[in-house]
Amino acid sequence: MAKHGVVREDRHTSNDLRAVRGKGESKSPARSDALDRLIHERLRLGIVSALAVNDSLSFSDLKKLMKTTDGNLSVHARKLEEADYIACTKSFEGRMPRTEYRLTATGRRALERYLDHMEALIRATRER
Amino acid sequence: MTSVTPLRRPEGAEPPALHARAMDNLAFIRDTMEAAGSFTAVSGWGMVAVGCIAIVAAVGALLEPDVSRSLLIWLTAAATAPFVSLWAIVRKARAAKMPLVTGPARKFVLSFSPPMFVGALLTIFLYRAGLSTAIPGMWLLLYGTAVVAGGAFSVRVVPIMGFCFMVIGTIALFSPPSWSDVLMGAGFGGLHIGFGIPIARRHGG
Repeated sequence: MAKHGVVREDRHTSNDLRAVRGKGESKSPARSDALDRLIHERLRLGIVSALAVNDSLSFSDLKKLMKTTDGNLSVHARKLEEADYIACTKSFEGRMPRTEYRLTATGRRALERYLDHMEALIRATRER
Repeated sequence: MTSVTPLRRPEGAEPPALHARAMDNLAFIRDTMEAAGSFTAVSGWGMVAVGCIAIVAAVGALLEPDVSRSLLIWLTAAATAPFVSLWAIVRKARAAKMPLVTGPARKFVLSFSPPMFVGALLTIFLYRAGLSTAIPGMWLLLYGTAVVAGGAFSVRVVPIMGFCFMVIGTIALFSPPSWSDVLMGAGFGGLHIGFGIPIARRHGG
């Protein structure tokens, strides 16, 4: 149920963004034209935000932080990994496997773009 | 009768305002960063620098036979340390591209300040009452209290360091006055360096 809600909201926000584009966004350079849906999803946005303020975080750190399940976190982390937004390193701590994530330069730029988008949106609404 | 919540949005009902959702998203990002990044409030290298200042002060105070003068040496170090620490915190925040005043940093300062303020008042009171020998123990205990209180919003190693200060403070309070400078050096010097290095290595500077 919640998932459907998120999908509906994504589409709605994206359409609205298109409507306000050109007003607030023109002030900020180097911005992509579309809202980055990949990090617009809450859990993925959370992963990217958490990694933005840490050199790296383990799978269990992220799981605790995002209060989510193993399955949900791996699915969303993989999507970010496929887009080269985050990098994953697997190692062993003694006999225990350890998965470590860190934000890539592409991921950091994507987060900055997303923040610009949100700020532009707020600015555009205020300027109306 | 029980009320029924319609599944569909009623006709004519406005969706949440666009800017409200954008602000909500920004708030979510900020909250996540704050929850994930409490460590950024404390600079490990700053602690090492403060520890070095304390070691120099401890050596100076040990060589000084007059209690008032050795107290003055410690007061000079105590006045210098916050600036060094703040400089290191600002540098760390800039390097990590983090805002300086995050939620945890604010909570840290708010929890850290009251014991330090009490410590300053008690220093004046004890000095005037001729109880200067009790000052080192009181400083270590109250600094430890401040670190434990402020460290509740930081990484686990910070409150542990606070407890260590409290232990050394307790020893200082009940040991001969001649031990004071050594214990102050061990606390403000040794603990800051000993905990500062792992914080710097594991938590980004």
